[in-house]
Amino acid sequence: MTSAMMPSTYLAEGSSPGAWLLTTDHKRVAWLYLVSLTAFFFLGGAMAVLMRVELATPAGDLVADDIYNRLFSLHGIIMVWFFLVPSIPATLGNFLLPLMIGARDLAFPRLNLASWYVFIFGSLFALFSVVAGGVDTGWTFYTPLSTLYANGFVSTAALGVFIVGFSTIMTGINFIVTVHTLRAPGLTWFRLPIFVWTLYATSLVMVLATPVLAASLILIVLERVFGIGIFNPDLGGDPLLFQHLFWFYSHPAVYIMILPGMGVVSEVLPCFSRRPLFGYKAVALSSMAIAVFGFLVWGHHMFVSGQSAYGSVIFSFLSFCVAIPSAIKVFNWSLTLRKGEISFETSMLYALFFLGLFTFGGLAGLFLAALAVDVHLHDTYFVIAHFHYIMVGGMVTAYMAGLHFWWPKLTGRMYSETAGRIAATVTFVGFNLTFFPQYMLGFDGMPRRYHTYPPEFQFWHVLSSAGAVVLAIGYLMPLFYLGSSLFRGARAPDNPWNATGLEWQTSSPPPPHNFETIPVVTRPAYAYDMKGLEHERFSPHRPAPP
Amino acid sequence: MSGTESIVFDSPRREWRADTFAMWVFVGSEAMLFGAIFLVFLFAHIDFGPAFASASKHLSLPLGTFNTAVLITSSFTMALAHMFALHKRWRPAVWSLLATSSLGVCFLVVKGIEYGKEIDEGLAPLLGLPFRYAGPDPVHAEFFFSLYFTMTCLHALHLVGGILAIAGLLAFWPKARPGNRQRRVVAVGLYWHFVDIVWVFMFPVLYLINR
Repeated sequence: MTSAMMPSTYLAEGSSPGAWLLTTDHKRVAWLYLVSLTAFFFLGGAMAVLMRVELATPAGDLVADDIYNRLFSLHGIIMVWFFLVPSIPATLGNFLLPLMIGARDLAFPRLNLASWYVFIFGSLFALFSVVAGGVDTGWTFYTPLSTLYANGFVSTAALGVFIVGFSTIMTGINFIVTVHTLRAPGLTWFRLPIFVWTLYATSLVMVLATPVLAASLILIVLERVFGIGIFNPDLGGDPLLFQHLFWFYSHPAVYIMILPGMGVVSEVLPCFSRRPLFGYKAVALSSMAIAVFGFLVWGHHMFVSGQSAYGSVIFSFLSFCVAIPSAIKVFNWSLTLRKGEISFETSMLYALFFLGLFTFGGLAGLFLAALAVDVHLHDTYFVIAHFHYIMVGGMVTAYMAGLHFWWPKLTGRMYSETAGRIAATVTFVGFNLTFFPQYMLGFDGMPRRYHTYPPEFQFWHVLSSAGAVVLAIGYLMPLFYLGSSLFRGARAPDNPWNATGLEWQTSSPPPPHNFETIPVVTRPAYAYDMKGLEHERFSPHRPAPP
Repeated sequence: MSGTESIVFDSPRREWRADTFAMWVFVGSEAMLFGAIFLVFLFAHIDFGPAFASASKHLSLPLGTFNTAVLITSSFTMALAHMFALHKRWRPAVWSLLATSSLGVCFLVVKGIEYGKEIDEGLAPLLGLPFRYAGPDPVHAEFFFSLYFTMTCLHALHLVGGILAIAGLLAFWPKARPGNRQRRVVAVGLYWHFVDIVWVFMFPVLYLINR
């Protein structure tokens, strides 16, 4: 299929606000999400920068304690629910899932658009809480602080997260049904790209865990507004119950956030090392294993909460078990690189950085899963560093890898590779400079969520704050070179990276319904070792291979 | 395309399967929502069994039983609507749907009467109303009533959703093609039966388990 045969692209289907806001094309809905999520990412990021500036000195000189509490709460709420949870699924997943399985759209295109409106509606509640005076409970809304003592706009923030949960469930149902019913002829389960497997596993977690979060948040709102005391000991309730319900969602939510990132990396690494993904089935099934194990480890957030000691031992053991499927993936990715013809395009750089940062963050997780060590490290900067290595170093890096990998498909334009490589490297350096010192701080006993600290911690805090500035530059750069590529970038060929996968067989950007005729699949995914892929590989920097 | 509503499907059969499957996934999601709340109740019951047992006796068993009968009958009429729709007997199908939603409304009215009675007796620990309870361990009895109101209100909200779904189905009924009518009856029916089954668990757990 060549682009000459295609009458038009999805981008040429009208550019009025109505054509975008009332579209049911999954590719345009992906753009709606991309624009809104980018705005939230930079809003949450700005709050983080303010916190890091405050922490450059031991005294509380930039913001008061009350403001600082609101900054970290809103940073967490916005980054978790308004960026990380929807990030890859709602943007790249929305765009690519139908393309990758050879479908004309998602199973329910209108539900897909509706999910974006629900997302925006929920985000209005959250933004209202920001403007009206903020929330100071932390993103975890722990009771009884959130129900009895917090004086911020807890109910509106919780309602916002509750409403966004509906959008998550809608996306989850849509993806699950699409994968089950709309695969192209010949596309068996074990020929699916790993990105599709991870989206499927993510969707299962979304559909099964989000309702529990909904239940716990609605109980908080009921307690604050109607005085129903499920978590209030004075009325016979139990505050610890909230932690159980909350983490029953929020631990699986960690896997909602990381699994799609693993999927992206599984696409990028084989492409730029010209090798089939090592151990395809193990990688596919380990995604499902992570999704299942993710439901059984919530208690490791509560080791020091006074839960049963036997319970803690079991949760600790199960938490170590999650490391197994994660390690399977890391080893398989590493072995994919072995003897490959590796080239360092921007998305490959991001993917390799993911590999390192995710491994580093994951290993720190083993410290925290160990009962005795956790007593020392609980609620310190060690925990902050651990989950930022996974969520930012892992997920956001994978998101950037995916954005650069599929940017030619999304827009039909090429961006500047040089600028991309510089940005990736700046991000990597800035990230490590920001968060590695936080491991040291946490190990030395610096607790999280304080805006002042004893002077002996200042050295590491200054390093971390300096790193945050570098990291911010690394994240701001793509805004400029990706933005300018929209107007000045070279036209992208259909398959610039010479990659396998159905999404590369249609034109760049794809036509409105993706494929003129539904393709028939005859090969496994990642057939980089098979003949038929030797057409010219796009590279502005080096001559095409003979 | 060949008689499908959406361009993404090749055949009406596949579209039908996707719709029904999506409703099952949604029901699974809803089951997790109610599952969480039931689990809360279970743990509370393990901790405060005697207080819950005596508090439970203050609920109205006759009204609860009547409502259970109403909902089970509504599931029966929903099943009739399903059957009539599959045989394309549209008029009885519409009557069965109307009967189903009326029974749903009847359930809500009786539930409202029950709530009114409990509020009058001072058993509603909400909105700062005075909680008057003469039995043993009033603190945990209050917890029981908190859970009772949360669970039954959540269920009632889902029932309202079901009634609205039937109303929407009937609003688009005259213009809908036969295949679409059938698909929608199957999907709405699945949801209705789910809401019904939730009550079938809620009734014994709240009203009967301590007798």
